Amino acid sequence: MTTIDEQGTSLWQDAWIKLSKNYLALFGLAIIGLLCVVSLLTPWIAPYGYEQQNLLLGATSPSAEHWLGTDIFGRDMLTRIMYGGRVSLTVGFIATAVALIIGVLWGAVAGFVGGRIDAVMMRIVDIMYALPFMIFIVLLMVVFGRNILLLFLAIGAVEWLTMARIVRGQVMALRKQEFVEAAHSLGLSQWTIIRRHIIPNTLGPVIVYTTLTIPSVMLLEAFLSFLGLGIQPPQSSWGLLINYGVETMEEYPWLLIFPGVTLSLTLFALNFLGDGLRDALDPRTSKD
Amino acid sequence: MLRFAFYRLLQAIPVLLIVISLTFMLVHSAPGGPFSADKAVPPEVIKALEAQYNLDQPLWQQYVSYLGDVLQGDFGPSFKYPGRDVTELIAAGLPATAELAFYAMLVALVIGVSAGVAAAMRPNTAQDYIPMSAAMIGICMPSFLLGPLLVLVFGIYLEWLPVSGWDDMPGDKILPAITLGTGYAAYIARLSRGGMLEVLSQDYIRTARAKGLSEPLVIAKHALRGGLIPVVAFLGPAFAGLLGGSFVVETIFQIPGLGRFYVQAAFNRDYTMILGTTVFFSTLIIVFNLLSDMLAIWLNPKLRQQTRGES
Repeated sequence: MTTIDEQGTSLWQDAWIKLSKNYLALFGLAIIGLLCVVSLLTPWIAPYGYEQQNLLLGATSPSAEHWLGTDIFGRDMLTRIMYGGRVSLTVGFIATAVALIIGVLWGAVAGFVGGRIDAVMMRIVDIMYALPFMIFIVLLMVVFGRNILLLFLAIGAVEWLTMARIVRGQVMALRKQEFVEAAHSLGLSQWTIIRRHIIPNTLGPVIVYTTLTIPSVMLLEAFLSFLGLGIQPPQSSWGLLINYGVETMEEYPWLLIFPGVTLSLTLFALNFLGDGLRDALDPRTSKD
Repeated sequence: MLRFAFYRLLQAIPVLLIVISLTFMLVHSAPGGPFSADKAVPPEVIKALEAQYNLDQPLWQQYVSYLGDVLQGDFGPSFKYPGRDVTELIAAGLPATAELAFYAMLVALVIGVSAGVAAAMRPNTAQDYIPMSAAMIGICMPSFLLGPLLVLVFGIYLEWLPVSGWDDMPGDKILPAITLGTGYAAYIARLSRGGMLEVLSQDYIRTARAKGLSEPLVIAKHALRGGLIPVVAFLGPAFAGLLGGSFVVETIFQIPGLGRFYVQAAFNRDYTMILGTTVFFSTLIIVFNLLSDMLAIWLNPKLRQQTRGES
């Protein structure tokens, strides 16, 4: 027999309870939170100035004054990593936001309108899936110069496809639900239904996929910067720092290891958080 | 099945056309001509050069003649290596890249599938957690970080393996193959674990066990075929990724392959080379996607029936 006095919990409460039991995901959340705070406060809490050089000092291994050592120009590595992180995280968040907006709108419209428009829209997605995007981004960066704004757009333009597919699938399923039909029969406009009913209900998978898009975007940025096609000096990002680190890794391995560990740890944290959110928000795995 | 293949091939044609047109337009809308970066060249020389490369014709004419040439497998002359055709350069770089991709794929499949299957056989035990945590590290360790670290440890500190080169010294292919393959091994491990877990809970596996088959036999004869379908479907995209990864790995290890040519062409603004390699890469990727899709369908009887009914 079912118990009558069972307290109902919303999807979000359920998700939070599940997530708070997943220590790896919480660890990821903590790392990401810490990184965001540090990045926001970098100009005030960085131990040295971004452009502060000390050519007499040169490259030194980690010490009490310079926790992560200095590079060949005597620049403090911790400071460089903190400033690089600002760029890497910004690229990660903004490019993901671009992908999110395009993908959600595209998928929602295709799934909701259906019919021929849906077929055309999804065919476009199919065709774009088949394009070799890694190559196209390299091409874009070469042709139009290495512009950071273009980098956001180019990466965002690649990553929205999967999002569109996920949202479309979700919307197609929702469209046939009774409460959407009820909204229709109440005479609500299509746009209102999309905004009030469809989008909130697709939020779960969207959040999960967004969390998993951020690391892949950051990886793409680091990849391009490593090749010298992404972020350009004097700006800096983790990919660029790794690039410099590789050049001098024989003499000064810490210049490679510290930015490398930072990047990996961040990707690690984001992936664990994404996996944890998927477990928490996927209704198929809950309620057991 | 044949009809499906034919249908997919038909679909590939517009995709390729879009790739060629888009690349062509991008390259030709680039600010600064291919000869503008060099020293001060007299205008007559530039004119003569432009005439030689047909750059003086209207754009649509260049486009049409380029399309015609590409259809015949001719990507035109290289801007930066006078007297050499892009087709020639691609042919020179392809063997090293293909070999590297092959070894990397081998590394990825052997490590990935065995780790994934081992994890799926005993879920939620150490046999599951250890390889899956390693896979997570593999995913979060990009090739441009892993490669240099491997070089540092095995090439410089331990001096076990050559630091760079290709076909120069015995063992100089080991580090590049591992660098390129590790990330994919990690993905494949996760995919094969997921696929195997799903298959192992099916009725026909229970039947096989009930017949008294030993667990290794159940896995080898019944579960693998279905459980590895996600892996097979991943091979196409993985191949595309391998080409992208080869940019980095070939640069790190100084391998004379296509990826390194491409990056160099990008820096040199060698437009015909960029155009040619992009078209070539795209064709390869489309073909491999098609092959991996078809293999996945052939392995899965349910999908096989669907495609038959649909087309």
